[in-house]
Amino acid sequence: MVESRKFSPVAPSPAEARPEKPDLEIGDDYATKFGFRDAENYFHKGKKGVSHEVVEMMSIMKKEPAWMRKFRHDSFDVFESKSMPKWGDTDLLNSIDFDDIYYYVKPIAEQGKSWDDVPDNIKNTFERLGIPEAERKFLAGVSAQYESEVVYHSMRDDLTKKGIVFMDMDTALRERPDIVQKYLATVIPAADNKFAALNSAVWSGGSFIYVPPGLDVGIPLQAYFRINTENMGQFERTLIIADKGSRVHYIEGCTAPVYTTNSLHSAVVELVALEDAYIRYTTIQNWANNIFNLVTKRAVAHKNATVEWVDGNIGSKLTMKFPCVYLMGEGAKGEILSVAFAGNGQHQDAGAKVIHAAPNTSSRITSKSISKNGGRASYRGMVKVYPKATGCKVSVECDALLIDKDSRSDTYPTMEINQDNVQIEHEARVSKVSEEQIFYLMSRGLSEDEARLLIVNGFIEPFTKELPMEYAVELNRLIELEMEGSIG
Amino acid sequence: MKKNDALFVIDDLHVSIDDKEIVKGVNLTVGRGEKHAIMGPNGSGKSTLTNAIMGHPSYAITAGRVFLNGEDITDLPTDEKARRGLFLAFQYPVAVPGVTVSNFLRSAVKARFGEERATSFRKDLKAKFKELEIDEIFATRYLNEGFSGGEKKRLEILQMAMLEPSVALLDETDSGLDIDALKVVSAGVNRYSGQDVGLLLVTHYQRILNYIKPDFVHVFMDGKIARSGGFELAHELDAKGYGDEIAAGAKAAAAN
Repeated sequence: MVESRKFSPVAPSPAEARPEKPDLEIGDDYATKFGFRDAENYFHKGKKGVSHEVVEMMSIMKKEPAWMRKFRHDSFDVFESKSMPKWGDTDLLNSIDFDDIYYYVKPIAEQGKSWDDVPDNIKNTFERLGIPEAERKFLAGVSAQYESEVVYHSMRDDLTKKGIVFMDMDTALRERPDIVQKYLATVIPAADNKFAALNSAVWSGGSFIYVPPGLDVGIPLQAYFRINTENMGQFERTLIIADKGSRVHYIEGCTAPVYTTNSLHSAVVELVALEDAYIRYTTIQNWANNIFNLVTKRAVAHKNATVEWVDGNIGSKLTMKFPCVYLMGEGAKGEILSVAFAGNGQHQDAGAKVIHAAPNTSSRITSKSISKNGGRASYRGMVKVYPKATGCKVSVECDALLIDKDSRSDTYPTMEINQDNVQIEHEARVSKVSEEQIFYLMSRGLSEDEARLLIVNGFIEPFTKELPMEYAVELNRLIELEMEGSIG
Repeated sequence: MKKNDALFVIDDLHVSIDDKEIVKGVNLTVGRGEKHAIMGPNGSGKSTLTNAIMGHPSYAITAGRVFLNGEDITDLPTDEKARRGLFLAFQYPVAVPGVTVSNFLRSAVKARFGEERATSFRKDLKAKFKELEIDEIFATRYLNEGFSGGEKKRLEILQMAMLEPSVALLDETDSGLDIDALKVVSAGVNRYSGQDVGLLLVTHYQRILNYIKPDFVHVFMDGKIARSGGFELAHELDAKGYGDEIAAGAKAAAAN
């Protein structure tokens, strides 16, 4: 007989916000002690806000080992103790109400959402992008299963035979706790920033990849196949480890708009490239306009390893994302190629960070930002070269394109170079779509809109050509929609 | 002047840039299959004329009309003029980074002819590259980015070849070309302007006219056509320079 405990579904008032941390020596009889069903009930009516209690219940529902539960609780403490960043779009950031957010997403079937609830502009975008029917329901959070599940599973079997581990983070925690515990939070500790701390406390879903030494995965691994709505998330935690001499390309996100009523997305992505390894991480993200997309992405590159971030950000109300590479071993290389498109009512605060902490390392940052119709795109970058990093090469190029006079672009490049024997190149350009170019293209029969679109696509070409073909095509179509202004 | 019969008519055109009048009343009729050369010194307004006809946003047509196949196209947007068969080979083609020559041309061909031409596009393009002796690598290069002057001019004529205009305005196509390039480009222009095409070739050197033989030569001075004649007029200018014309013009102006 399960002992029943009543948890109030209402968010606790400030006075009772911090109950004492529950006894962590739970062991296997947690079901008896707390009642799994009660944990379900706890979330059943939908619980907003985050607290130690929420963290505890979440961890129980997921049946996590003790060390992870502790990690979550400790991280939550860090989250509470840290203040909001004092840089960036502080107005928008301070408008986030942490108590008004769901931190644990119930299984879709129970949410009772229907296709009718999905906003028209989202449906229109699916139509314009030619998204298949089943995918639409999935993307809109109306259906839990995606037909590609089958594709994913067969691919997964091939990989497993080679010793490549590719699974969602929750499963990895259960099946490969050895590796997870070894590397998790070594690249991004909870103390890094408030949102990393939040993610560390309430993370759910995300991908886990481990590639054994010397193996080249060959095909790009895509999150898209294996997401189910639980992982569609708000607080994804991704960890990729490429062991010595291995190679892997991971693609995250999709160009179709992701619609969810949960407006805070705070993911953490950690990459570890051991000696001679190669990791490329591609993201095309297109969030709906009510969403705060605050991501901490960082990689550590060991000796002669290479990490490449290919990062495309479209949509959202506010995106803050600064993919980072720590070049820790001699000869390591880092490259960040980023595109941000800010339309009406959007603020893309994107950029890159590279830390040269070893000699003969090299890095390249290429940032392309586009602002239209009052949108605001920023480049925020940091390149730091430590004294021991002799003989390194750095190249930074940030280009901003203003489509019209209502748009705004800001550039905050920072360089801290503490070593003379280095080669640094830095270029920053702001341009408008030129009248001469429009005239030239129109003189060949292209309409003004077509001309403008061609110019914008040309502007992001260095980015688009790094994408797999189908993504490039989708991205171009998406830009076309954005340029028309038909995405709400 | 029978506006309805002629292929291309410029009727008393006046063009200003920032309130300064540059083209001061030009009258010109180009019939089907006719080649007209406009020669004049620098600063006479030749380029302003052709760019304004095409619809350059900085140039204002303050008076006069332009007719193509009997239709008044003066105030149409640039792309509509192009789709009706008007073409301008620019003197200084602008670069469009990130847009490959091939993609650009495909869009242009589609705008002019519609989707059907798309199927034979690659073959057509390849053939034209060969005829104009342009390295195929240019198909994948970004439009006009890093191209030499000569390469840009060849590419302008390549575009003319692909778009099959009814009226082609060539703005100093010869500048920046060495003798061999000039021959190839001229052969191309001749090849792509058949019996039905009207050509308006703007230049201030006579040399190109040895390869693209004009039916009519017009001397352009101070925003107007000062004199018109046949091919021999080009030789006369070549021998004597524009000095005489300028003097004649100044004399006429002083007399008024």
